[in-house]
Amino acid sequence: MDDTLAKARILVGMGTCGLAAGARPVFDALVETKQAVGAAVEIVPTGCIGMCEQEPIIDVIQPGTDRVTLGPMTPEKAVHVLEALINGAPIPEEWVIGRITKDAIYPELSSFRKQRRIVLRNCGFINPESLEEYTALGGYAALEKAITTMTPEQVIEEVIAAGLRGRGGGGFPTGLKWRFTRQAEGEKKYVVCNADEGDPGAFMDRSILEGDPHAVLEGMAIAAYAVGADEGYIYVRAEYPLAIRRLQLAIQQAEEKGFLGQGIFGTDFNFYLHIKEGAGAFVCGEETALLASIEGKRGMPRPRPPFPASKGLWGKPTNINNVETYANIPYIVRTGGAYFATIGTEKSKGTKVFALAGKVNNTGLTEVPMGITLREVIYEIGGGIRDGKKFKAVQIGGPSGGCIPEELLDIPIDYDSLTQAGAIMGSGGMVVMDEDTCMVDVARFFMDFIQKESCGKCAPCRIGTKRMLEILTRITEGEGRPGDLDALLDLAYTVKDLSLCGLGQTAPNPVLSTIRHFRHEYEAHIVDRTCPAKVCNALLTYTIIPEKCTGCGLCARNCPANCISGAPKEVHIIDQTRCTKCNTCLQKCPFEAIVKS
Amino acid sequence: MSCTVCLCDTELSQEDKSILDEILAQHSLQESSLIPVLQETQGRLGYLPRPAMEYVAKALKVPFARVYGVASFYAQFHLQPRGKHIIRVCQGTACHVRGAKEVLKAFEDELGITAGNTTDDLEYTLEVVACIGACGLAPTIMIDDETYGRLTPRDVRKLLRQTKRAAQAQ
Repeated sequence: MDDTLAKARILVGMGTCGLAAGARPVFDALVETKQAVGAAVEIVPTGCIGMCEQEPIIDVIQPGTDRVTLGPMTPEKAVHVLEALINGAPIPEEWVIGRITKDAIYPELSSFRKQRRIVLRNCGFINPESLEEYTALGGYAALEKAITTMTPEQVIEEVIAAGLRGRGGGGFPTGLKWRFTRQAEGEKKYVVCNADEGDPGAFMDRSILEGDPHAVLEGMAIAAYAVGADEGYIYVRAEYPLAIRRLQLAIQQAEEKGFLGQGIFGTDFNFYLHIKEGAGAFVCGEETALLASIEGKRGMPRPRPPFPASKGLWGKPTNINNVETYANIPYIVRTGGAYFATIGTEKSKGTKVFALAGKVNNTGLTEVPMGITLREVIYEIGGGIRDGKKFKAVQIGGPSGGCIPEELLDIPIDYDSLTQAGAIMGSGGMVVMDEDTCMVDVARFFMDFIQKESCGKCAPCRIGTKRMLEILTRITEGEGRPGDLDALLDLAYTVKDLSLCGLGQTAPNPVLSTIRHFRHEYEAHIVDRTCPAKVCNALLTYTIIPEKCTGCGLCARNCPANCISGAPKEVHIIDQTRCTKCNTCLQKCPFEAIVKS
Repeated sequence: MSCTVCLCDTELSQEDKSILDEILAQHSLQESSLIPVLQETQGRLGYLPRPAMEYVAKALKVPFARVYGVASFYAQFHLQPRGKHIIRVCQGTACHVRGAKEVLKAFEDELGITAGNTTDDLEYTLEVVACIGACGLAPTIMIDDETYGRLTPRDVRKLLRQTKRAAQAQ
């Protein structure tokens, strides 16, 4: 990919992560310097390579040498690198994170050795705002192949042969879904892309949309051809302004070049694509709620069947897949379903992108072949736990998923094994928790989220989640009662079995999995009135260690309850009867003399 | 402040009316345009005053109850005036386990309001959001369209001072 470009380039990672870490000033400084000295170096924005921890990241590409990745950058450092490049001086080694050779991406980094990049193949390599860079790497060749050399049935056969399953959570075979929509009666059909990535802790879809928007458009166009649709919608979260902007630009570019619109590749196949911005409702990730929202209604789910494949948008047959699923399609059509099916496990084919976050050293995006173990992802790709702490659990699948403990870390990542362990594949959020994370607090956090996002249509979800939240809240506040665990389990099964849609049916998973694997933490809260992870404030006592206290008075001055006393330069004391456990003193103390226990 | 309970609201100003006409002219006048029209209306007016929703209802030939239903259903829509700058503090899973509570508290202390409210001078609205998708940089926040990551309560104070200074300079 490097040798197609004659002159030197500097890529700046400008996804949301990069921008949040300060990529904009880095980019501006580079452009300014380049213009000031009139250098021929090209400064190009790119998507996310997946190393959020190292952002802002820049890449130096020179013909004939390995691509060098540097970070974390500041404007000054970046300008220094540019000047070195212009003067033919060596690039400062201490800022180099890794190198991309002709054969491998960062062969020296353990975080990349086990990755297999299909969906993220272009992220961090191309300028997402340039259609030419996408087509230079084979973009839209799959669409051309599909509509000029294959029948729609053959395309569907290929996707079935690939064994691709929905990447949005459910894991339904994609090819079958397409076939149902193809076979459904009706002249007018739609394809829809679910880009309403609402799971807290998940950002795969955002990175794909920001880093390689054309791949999603191409996948959707192939799907439209296969199912017989001529119109499509991308339903994307309004919280992702950059993704929306890049999608709009990509659609415009593709229309200009004739990859979208009327008579694509000189055939009679037409495909028109629209963007619909979400309006901030998690339940719209559920497909029937999403369709209602596109229609301009409240995003409330409806019972299935009829499935969208037979009655979807405005009652017409509609195929809905998520971002990552569509992004796999061009690769499958180009290389063939049989080849794709050699990657992964027997029942879960291909790769999965995970958003690794929480208490691991290397946070970021990672794409791994199905069947790899959780331990490999967390310890080799993630680089283990931060600050030498002890691993406690990994939360997979967001509010619909569950927490997996240490003893299950060696299970392979595939749809069925994760479900058995009490989690789900979900969309791919993976939040790592260490000994400082309280599992009851985590369960309460998710229930609080779900209870707020419950649309209110069906009683089990609306009322059940509220009651569960009340019980979890009182446990974390030190007012748990002996029968609480049984009541929680009882409610959990009721909500799971009786809710109308996926949101409610999976809502109890975080509670069920934490009770299953971390029952002792619940019992510690309810019976012993302690929080082993020292998170639940109401169960903690703040004390001052006399040996460490210098009597500086900072804690006393800042205490909002005025419950810390002591003469200057003498040991201070906290009045436990008045302490509100607000944590202010602990944060203010410069000598770490205040502890909670 | 507009009242969302009864019909006692004031009339729509001529200026707001022409803004609404401008927005409506770019959409087909049917129910499927409702959400984009409300989004753009809020983008221009800052929130959704009741008379504006009534005006939209008439134009799209949708009962007002349905417009109100949609506006009150989605978290993005606001029926009360909001601050000039919107601060969104992420309370997603990754941020939660990396100290988002303290970051939120720092904002609340600095601004003197609790989450979900607007300062009296209508400068800042403080909100919590479920996830802004920058989990790798947790804890994260957004001020208007800018995302900031890896924050500590101390950074919050610095950031607010910068924002205030930038606002004064304008």
